[in-house]
Amino acid sequence: MREGWVDKAALEADKPSGPVLHFGKDNPLHMEAGVALAPFQLAYQTYGALNADKSNAILICHALTGDQHVASPNPVTGKPGWWANLVGPAKIIDTDRFFVICSNVLGGCLGSTGPATLNPATGAPYALELPVITIRDMVRAQAMLVDHFGIDQLFAVVGGSMGGMQVLEWASSYPERVFAALPIATGARHSSQNIAFHEVGRQAVMADPNWHGGRYLAAGTRPQKGLAVARMAAHITYLSEPALHRKFGRTLQDREALTFGFDADFQIESYLRHQGLTFVDRFDANSYLYMTRAMDYFDLAADHGGRLSEAFKGTRTRFCFVSFTSDWLFPTSESREVVHALNASGASVSFVEIETDRGHDAFLLDEPEMFGAVDGFLRSAARARGLAR
Amino acid sequence: MSVNSTPRIDLDVIADFVPEKARVLDVGCGDGELLELLEAKREVDGRGIELSQRGVNLCVARGLSVIQGDADIDLVFYGDKSFDFVILSQTLQAMRAPRDVLEHLLRIGDRVVVSIPNFGHWKVRFSLLFRGRMPVTRHLPYSWYDTPNIHFCTIRDLKNLCDEVGARIERATALDASGSRIGLSMPWWFWNFFGQQAVFVLRR
Repeated sequence: MREGWVDKAALEADKPSGPVLHFGKDNPLHMEAGVALAPFQLAYQTYGALNADKSNAILICHALTGDQHVASPNPVTGKPGWWANLVGPAKIIDTDRFFVICSNVLGGCLGSTGPATLNPATGAPYALELPVITIRDMVRAQAMLVDHFGIDQLFAVVGGSMGGMQVLEWASSYPERVFAALPIATGARHSSQNIAFHEVGRQAVMADPNWHGGRYLAAGTRPQKGLAVARMAAHITYLSEPALHRKFGRTLQDREALTFGFDADFQIESYLRHQGLTFVDRFDANSYLYMTRAMDYFDLAADHGGRLSEAFKGTRTRFCFVSFTSDWLFPTSESREVVHALNASGASVSFVEIETDRGHDAFLLDEPEMFGAVDGFLRSAARARGLAR
Repeated sequence: MSVNSTPRIDLDVIADFVPEKARVLDVGCGDGELLELLEAKREVDGRGIELSQRGVNLCVARGLSVIQGDADIDLVFYGDKSFDFVILSQTLQAMRAPRDVLEHLLRIGDRVVVSIPNFGHWKVRFSLLFRGRMPVTRHLPYSWYDTPNIHFCTIRDLKNLCDEVGARIERATALDASGSRIGLSMPWWFWNFFGQQAVFVLRR
């Protein structure tokens, strides 16, 4: 099933099959690390058509291991777009009505400049020579892409998890350019516990002898074992204890009794191993380090003198937050904190908590209540923006 | 603060009190019926807080700006005089600390609209007096053990609370069982006896 994923992933990382926007030396990205990155490139997908006054654009921001293929098949895995149940013709984010843009984030591994990209200065992959990338850097790069389309104001910026962080950064950095913001299952900063889980993942990658200090592509190896362990640990945090128990319980995997060994006796072990294995074939290990670091560094209040309300001072953007009861990675309290800050700023804000046992990953799944909230929010925002049905 | 499902006649009365294009916060907004009415009739810039998840989800699906929250806890996060009108419709009696809530409402809103079911209505009094039972009426449909209404008061009680917190009653209306307004010239005791609901507009 996964035949050729590795080769396709390597190809997509440097020369993506979809559209790419190149920024030359005259148009550098000024990164938070203090470096002006040039040249660089962003790979993206668009769906639908931009209207005459360029007022119907929705930017979708993807999560940690997501990509720009939000509503079209992934070129590496062949699987449907990761939000194809929400985005598409006649779907809730209706591509017959809206112009949807989704770009691979800076530092990603599906065509935007990232650690697997060839460094033009050396001819070898950047590996760890790329400066540490922040959520703000990703958003700045996206803003340059939005400029390319000549769009002054996005009708909406939508995203979950790390994508939600980008939504908040967009609304804070470019308030005039965001009419409506829809951050889902996210928070204004990464908690200590979340940083801890990410550190476990990074250490697993770096402990793999095939990592070679990050230069594994030049060495012709890949730290698959380390990255698989990182993915396994992270995957647990995307689910919930009740959902795991409901799905797997203590059920044994293809066997009648315990084997008194360390093979995958339990279904949950087999499931996690599978998650780890499929992940490493499509994702770059260094990119995983950069993405997790970007999330760890995100702290919107710290960027504004410790006051979250300052991050949104005077905003006219309409917000709708969505959280999930069983999400322990970004619990409801994280959303509520931002909602309170926005209230204090007098912003227009809605906040919906969806009851589900499916954990953090619920934002990627078929959740009718979430769909209802997204639909209602976007409808009323479209009315307010004067976007005819 | 459960989700309101029965049409409530006080909503039209409240809508009459709210001027056009006002900034309105509806505390305990239920399924958003009043906010939707105010947006349609008065073109207000409306926001809501609702405790029940179902209510919030219904509101947001309706396109209203509503957040999930507890008025007993979350009003502290709102700035002084950040709204023209703050509305507490049929919700005061469900608060843990009605006096604190009222103080916050007067702080947040330029004006505050409070509507209550009147526990002093003659049917309620008769139920207690003659049947010896806690009343269950159309406006107070719950049994004592499952009611969200934990702090009942009468129209006169609310008037006293307003005096205590230094709120001026700008306007007041009592509604009888049929939803008709009881004449303005009637004395408080009459309202308190025949009014099933009361709507006050307060200011400090």
